[in-house]
Amino acid sequence: MRSIYLDNAATTALSPAAKQAMLPYFDGIFGNPSSLHTWGQQASAALQDARERIALCLGADPKEITFTSGGSEADNQAIFSAAMAGAARGKQHIVSSAIEHHAVLYYLASLQTQGFDVTILPVEPGTGLVRPADVAAALREDTCLVTIMFANNEIGTIQPIAEIGALCRQRKIPFHTDAVQAVGHVPIDVRALRADYLSLAGHKFHGPKGVGALYCRKGMPLRSLLLGGAQERGHRAGTENLPAIMGMASALEESLALLGQTDAVMVPLRDRLIARLRDIPRARLNGHPTLRLPNNVNFCFEGVEGEALLLLLDAQGIAASSGSACTSGSLDPSHVLLALGLPHEIAHGSLRLTLSRYITEADIDYTAEAILQVVERLRAMSPVWERITADR
Amino acid sequence: MAMTYSEQVMDHFINPRNVGKIEDADGVGEVGNAKCGDIMKVYLKVEDGILTDVKFNTFGCASAIATSSIATEMIKGKPIGDVLELTNKAVVEALGGLPPVKLHCSVLAEEAVKAAVKDYYDRHGILYDPALFAALEHGDEDLHTAFVEE
Repeated sequence: MRSIYLDNAATTALSPAAKQAMLPYFDGIFGNPSSLHTWGQQASAALQDARERIALCLGADPKEITFTSGGSEADNQAIFSAAMAGAARGKQHIVSSAIEHHAVLYYLASLQTQGFDVTILPVEPGTGLVRPADVAAALREDTCLVTIMFANNEIGTIQPIAEIGALCRQRKIPFHTDAVQAVGHVPIDVRALRADYLSLAGHKFHGPKGVGALYCRKGMPLRSLLLGGAQERGHRAGTENLPAIMGMASALEESLALLGQTDAVMVPLRDRLIARLRDIPRARLNGHPTLRLPNNVNFCFEGVEGEALLLLLDAQGIAASSGSACTSGSLDPSHVLLALGLPHEIAHGSLRLTLSRYITEADIDYTAEAILQVVERLRAMSPVWERITADR
Repeated sequence: MAMTYSEQVMDHFINPRNVGKIEDADGVGEVGNAKCGDIMKVYLKVEDGILTDVKFNTFGCASAIATSSIATEMIKGKPIGDVLELTNKAVVEALGGLPPVKLHCSVLAEEAVKAAVKDYYDRHGILYDPALFAALEHGDEDLHTAFVEE
């Protein structure tokens, strides 16, 4: 049986180069970067090297990079830092969008219980775009943070981040962007974006899991979520995960070096899959048709349920994901799909396929064929589909 | 969330038994709603008080399809009165267990079967104690919350 991994928005395979880059730091250069002896200083030099390389990839200064355990921690820390600084000046209003990752939305919900006022902006139906005009209209005298994701993890929509960044900068309001799905997949320059904070995670671009970074523009407040040590210039206590950091630096450099050639293959493959799936009756593409990540395909198929779809695909050797309630472990389908304006019954039939540079045209054709068959099979036994076709 | 299905669940999901419709069914039951993500429809054919044929159509996740499949298998060939003794617990046991968040699927399967029997009774003027079908009256939302929290 074939084995086709199309769940790269969930996590990616470690690239061979990143794996090699990690190996010396498990038992060779294993010292604690905070130690003064040779072992420690070798580790410290490697850490600094990784910081410089990652900063260079983002157009940042090395001092603006803080290593974290991943994207969720980076999101939490950015919001925490801006919120605490805001509260100290009597500013307790935060602007965000309905389709943010839960690492942002749940953190904002917890701030709401502490007296913060949070404005959650709706997105454009169908495409999931956040309108910069909506952001501008939501800004207040007491706004201490705007946090809008760079690209959505479910539907792949790329937001007008530079526009939002510019209008925040003009009003001198701190701006954070969760770029976990975007870094390594699209070119990013933090200065051009006017971002004050930017989150990234190593395992989304063929780096290791359990490591990420937060870019924090020089002069912006940055507070540690963890207390207990002076690592990361006092911005994050805890001994640095050096092998993972080295792997992340290598993976990011590699992803960006390959970006042009990856896109040249991946975008046509993405569009080929979209075109094939559009041939299925009552199938709709979720997210923006062009302003979307090169690796993202997200569809809803009416009359079928997403978990059944993804398990039948798994049985054919294809890994995908779904925003149905059954896969989220809650009663409701994904908050992102609902925010697009999809009714519950349609959101239940969602399927996300996310490509990587290891996917071939043969993989895409096999996958499209498998999806066609599986949707047909589930619809043949679906009373919902029976009703839909009877109504026609 | 823990989403590990037993071998029996996967078998009934991948190779569901009794899928389809019975055009001249003697009883049809439908439960669930699309908003919650699962709908089950059960068709019965009854001859001389015996359930000679059962078919189902289900919109839902793997466990919704598997519970429908095994429930139809458990009642086929039985006297119609015995069908009312089918419990969601027996469905879960026959499947080698279900993840806690999926237990409501077994309740839906039980109810789909009972709704079909009730329809059969109603169509044929057979008197019955309404208490037998009391469970069919509650809303689907209640069903989810009642079982998801277990």
